[in-house]
Amino acid sequence: MSAAETAPAHAVGKGGIGAHLAALLIALLLLFWTLLPIYNMILVALEPGDSVFSGALWPETFSLENFRIVFTQDHWYLKHFWLQMLNSLIVGLAAAFFTVLIGSMASFSIQRLRLRYGTLLSNTALLSYAIPLSFLAIPFYNILHNYGLLDNLWALIIVAVTFATPYAIFIFSQYSASIPIELDEAARIDGASVPQIYFKLYMPLMRPALVAVGTYALLLAWNEYLYAFLLLSSETTVTVPVALGYFLSSDDSPWNILMAAALIYSIPPLVIYYAMRRHMTTGLTVGSVKG
Amino acid sequence: MAKATSERAPPLTRSDTGRQPRKLAPEHLWGVVFVLPYIAIFLLFVVYPVGYGLWLGADWTKLQALFADPLYYRTAVNTLILLLVGVNLKMFIALLLSGYLLQPYKWMPFVFMLIVLPWAMPAIPTFISVRWMLNGQWGLINNFIWTFWEIEGPGWLTSPSLAMGSVVTFYLWKWVPFWTVIFVAGRTAIPKELYEAAAIDGARGLQMFRFVTFPMMASLYLICTVLSMIWTLGDYNTVRFITGGGPVLSTHVLATLGIRDAFEVGDPGLGMAAVISALPLLVPLVAFLVWKMNKEHVQL
Repeated sequence: MSAAETAPAHAVGKGGIGAHLAALLIALLLLFWTLLPIYNMILVALEPGDSVFSGALWPETFSLENFRIVFTQDHWYLKHFWLQMLNSLIVGLAAAFFTVLIGSMASFSIQRLRLRYGTLLSNTALLSYAIPLSFLAIPFYNILHNYGLLDNLWALIIVAVTFATPYAIFIFSQYSASIPIELDEAARIDGASVPQIYFKLYMPLMRPALVAVGTYALLLAWNEYLYAFLLLSSETTVTVPVALGYFLSSDDSPWNILMAAALIYSIPPLVIYYAMRRHMTTGLTVGSVKG
Repeated sequence: MAKATSERAPPLTRSDTGRQPRKLAPEHLWGVVFVLPYIAIFLLFVVYPVGYGLWLGADWTKLQALFADPLYYRTAVNTLILLLVGVNLKMFIALLLSGYLLQPYKWMPFVFMLIVLPWAMPAIPTFISVRWMLNGQWGLINNFIWTFWEIEGPGWLTSPSLAMGSVVTFYLWKWVPFWTVIFVAGRTAIPKELYEAAAIDGARGLQMFRFVTFPMMASLYLICTVLSMIWTLGDYNTVRFITGGGPVLSTHVLATLGIRDAFEVGDPGLGMAAVISALPLLVPLVAFLVWKMNKEHVQL
C-alpha cells in the first residue's frame, strides 16, 4: 500500500485488473483478521455443552441451546441477565439524556450568550477530555462511597455524564458555529426570552449534533466496564459487562454460555452504531482537518 | 463561533469580544444559569476527584514502596511498549488503511462497513473472546495451527513475552479501525484541487503522498498520536481481559496495576501512587495536545 491510493479518483483504478486483484486480496486478509475474534464468539456460542473443548474450526453440531439458556436465565451466572440488560439500558439512556441536556446548556451559554470566561471554560473542558478515565477510578470510588452512592445506578450515570460532557461541549460548539447568531438576535427583537430561544430555536437547529452526542454517550455508558465493576456490586444492580466479567472468576466457566450472553449484549450497540453511522461520522469529521 | 463572526466583520468583533458592555446584563445572568449544571459536575466530579487523588497518592512513603516493588519496573516497561510501539504502529497502519479504503472500488463500502466492527462492538465481549481464542489448549488459534501444520501452537498467554505481544496485537485489532475512520475523514477533507494542481505540476505516485497528503495530514496525525497515547495510558480493559495481568503479573500496565493495588491489595494510596508516577509523562502530553489543538483548530 502506498501513495497510489491517495491520489484523486481519476488517477486510481488505472492500475487495471492486477491492482484490482491486489486490492481484493488485501480486503480478504483484512476481513479475515477483523472477523476472527467475532467468528470465535459465534463458534463457541453455537457449540453444545462440552464440545467447547473439541478443537473444531467450525461448528460440527449446531445448537441454539446456549441462547435458550441465556434467554430463560437458566444458569446460576445468568439468574438476573435481563435485569442487568435493563440496568445497562437505563444507564445508557440516562447518560445520553443528561449529557445532551447539560452539554447543550453549557455550550449555549458559552457560544450564544457569550459567557464571560467562556473560552477558558471550554479549554478546561478540553483538558478534562484528555484525562485517562481509569486514572480517576480510585478517588471516584472513595468519593461516591462518601456520597452514599455505591451500588446505585446513579453512580454510573454520573460517571458517564462527567466523561461525555466535555466531548459534547466541543461537538456542540463546533456545530453551532454553522447557525447564524442573527437568528438569536432576531428572536430577541421579537420578544423571545433566553429560555425560549434555547428550547424553541437552538435545540431544534442543533438536532443532528444532539443525536450524535446522545448516541456517543449511550454507547460510552453501555460499554463501560471498570467503573461499573467498581461502583456497582449486587447481582441486581450490575450492568451486563460486569456480569460477563464474573464468568472469568472461576476456572471451569461455561464459555459457550458466556459467549452467547456476550453476543446478545453486543447486538444493541451494533444496531445503534450502524443505524446512526451517518450522524456519528458528521460529529467526528466536522473540521477534522483545518490546520 | 468566534471564527465565524470574525470572518464576517473582523475589526468590530475583535475589539468587542472579551469586553462586552454592561447593557447585556440579563443575558449574562442567563449565561451563568445555563452553565451552572456543567460547572457543578465539573467541580464535584472532576476537580474534587483529581485533587483528592493527588492528595491520596502524593505520599512519599507510598511512592517509595511503589518504586521498591520489582513489579513496578516490569509494569512501566509494558506501559511504554504499549505507548510507543502500540500507538505508533496503530497510527501508521490506520494511515495506510485510510488510503486503501478510499480507493473507488464498488465493493469498498462493504469492506469499510465490516472493518469498523472491532471498534463498534463493546470491548469486553471481544476481549473475552480473544482470551479464549489464545488459550494454548483449546483456543481457536492453536486449533488452526494444529489443523494445518499438525504442530502444537505455543501457550500464547502462558509465556510473558508472547502474552505481552498478544496484548499489543489485539490492542491494534480493537483500535486501528477507529483511527482509520478519523484518517479517512481527514483525507476526504483535503481539497481535490490540490491533487489536480500537483498532477499538473507533474507529481506522480509517492510524490502525491509526499507533497500533498503528508503535509495536509501531518498535524492531524500528530494530534491523534498524542491523544491516543493519553488514552492508551488509561487503557484498563485490554490487559485486564486478555491476560488479566498474567502470567505471574508480567503483563500489567500502570492502569491495571493501580486498580490492582487499590482494590485487590487494598491500598488506595499505593494505587494512586502508580497513577501519579505516570504524571511526568501525562502532563507534557496533555499540555502539548491542548496547545496544538488550540493552535490548529483541529477537533475530533
